[in-house]
Amino acid sequence: MAFKPEQISIMDSIIARYPRKRSAIMPLLHYVQSIDGYVTNEGIELIGEKLELATAEVTAVSTFYTQYKSKPVGEYHVGICTNTLCAVMGGDMIFDAVKEHLGIENDGVTNDGKVSVEHIECNAACDYAPVVMVNWEFYDNQTVQSVKDLVDGARNGNPPAPTRGPKTLRTWKQNSAVLAGISDGLANEGLQAGEPTLLGLKKVKGGA
Amino acid sequence: MSKLTPVLSAHWDEADSFTIAGYKRNGGYSAVAKALAMAPDELIQLVKDSGLRGRGGAGFPTGSKWGFIPQGDNKEHYFVVNADESEPGTCKDTPLMMANPHVLIEGVIIGSYAIRANYAFIYIRGEVTHVVRRVQQAIEDAYAAGLLGKNILGKGFDLELVLHVGAGAYICGEETALLDSLEGFRGQPRLRPPFPAIAGLYAKPTVVNNVESVASVPAIVNNGVAWFNAMGTEKSKGFTLYSLSGHVNNPGQFEAPLGITLRELLEISGGVRSGHKLKFWTPGGSSTPIFTDAHLDVPLDYEGVSAAGSMLGTKALQIFDETTCVVRAVLRWTEFYKHESCGKCTPCREGTWWLVQVLKDLEAGKGTEADLDKLLDLCDNIMGRSFCALADGAASPIISSLKYFRQEYLDHLSAGRCPFDPIASTLFATAGAK
Repeated sequence: MAFKPEQISIMDSIIARYPRKRSAIMPLLHYVQSIDGYVTNEGIELIGEKLELATAEVTAVSTFYTQYKSKPVGEYHVGICTNTLCAVMGGDMIFDAVKEHLGIENDGVTNDGKVSVEHIECNAACDYAPVVMVNWEFYDNQTVQSVKDLVDGARNGNPPAPTRGPKTLRTWKQNSAVLAGISDGLANEGLQAGEPTLLGLKKVKGGA
Repeated sequence: MSKLTPVLSAHWDEADSFTIAGYKRNGGYSAVAKALAMAPDELIQLVKDSGLRGRGGAGFPTGSKWGFIPQGDNKEHYFVVNADESEPGTCKDTPLMMANPHVLIEGVIIGSYAIRANYAFIYIRGEVTHVVRRVQQAIEDAYAAGLLGKNILGKGFDLELVLHVGAGAYICGEETALLDSLEGFRGQPRLRPPFPAIAGLYAKPTVVNNVESVASVPAIVNNGVAWFNAMGTEKSKGFTLYSLSGHVNNPGQFEAPLGITLRELLEISGGVRSGHKLKFWTPGGSSTPIFTDAHLDVPLDYEGVSAAGSMLGTKALQIFDETTCVVRAVLRWTEFYKHESCGKCTPCREGTWWLVQVLKDLEAGKGTEADLDKLLDLCDNIMGRSFCALADGAASPIISSLKYFRQEYLDHLSAGRCPFDPIASTLFATAGAK
């Protein structure tokens, strides 16, 4: 879609963060995803224009990083960790069960456009394994049933809240704006730390 | 329980620990006032004297890294935080930034002042939206409090700090790939020398430090070298975060002096999953050669782990019990390295692909004993033959698992399949659905 003037001025403000404008390419790609849902040709052309780069150069960067999508994902993009530790502890079972439950393959999207599924690599929450991310929010200590409930809720427009995150799960596009560095004012919501994070401290204080 | 030493984690149990008010209530930002009253070189010397070593894996002395930045060169200097935590098993910087982003920002201000940088970046992984929110908010609040921007605390020091969000590439945790990524290119490692201290971001002198390293600096400034040196071992000073995960009763973060052992950490935390026994573990993420139950008393400091044949790495202690197939574990890690190889160097790009092919056959009970030697031969042609350490990391689990568990590979061949039941290793097998 065509970009609105206010969106273009946000892009200018992103570029202004950096000493050299080419550095803005990654937040600009996140920003394009917040508008279009994925990296569209129009987005690539506009970024190229803004940064004085050929579209091939922008595409070369975009295709290097797995978070930039070349086709639409669901409103709720579900990433299931299948790196060794999560896989062994149940991630493989969760991944297989959810694909079957939704009738889609890896990188697939449900027909209603609500949910997509991708197996992901280690997401830095191994003490909460098995871990699932939705729109890159934490869903800790998951089971096959909890993730089925999660995707069913998402399809009905009523997903459960992240374990460590805002009170309500935001959409893929909304969270893409956060990744572009545009605040949504939700930083103060949610826990400061989950139980495993606090375990060592509690042992010292004698509370666990 | 006296073995644990919560410093970074000391106030994580307070509900507002991530806010500027919560941080200041516990003495936050007092170190920056102290630091800005010192000469930059004094600060570099202080960090050198403390013996603080990089907590991101390599263990390089932080103060020396700062000291390598040429002074009086009339060039811009840059201070960059590596917050691209992605090494499998590693989960310390992410909860740190979620629970207390301000301690990182305070460390950035001090580090930037010491190396005479007026521009700093935090390069954070892109798959952690809520952590991005917390760090972004913390930066905005620090600006509003006069701790970032022009003339910080009226001391004449200017610093711009930008949060840069990655997009899902493990390789960007390698410092030169991170810099290429931050410059707006594909994240691919550079040939060194020149090192970033001479030609880093935009070819200007640059320090790249791990989150935990930078976050450790305010406490050192406040409490001094003697306090820091009282913790740890002869060459590995101070406290650090150990992350315990996998088949243990209570996974989590444990802040302790360097040199604690896995046996001690298991005793403190509640041990290996009940009814099971330790089979193998990583001392510092998947790129560090695995250990077995013979290594429970290895001191977990840089020298101790190295002497026992592995690396301290990120102190990501991934614990696997006897229900886990080591071949499956190694195959999965190898698939990760193949996926994350940036493709720049042929030995890594092609080699990791072949490693996966051979391991897949072995896990399925196909192939022959000669394939085990082929794996080692491939590793030999990958290790040390690429620009960065990703390739070395790919070889580590293979070589070490063949060293300790060769028979288990052979058991796959004689059975014609994997002899393990994957259900038995899941949490659901014992705990049931939560």
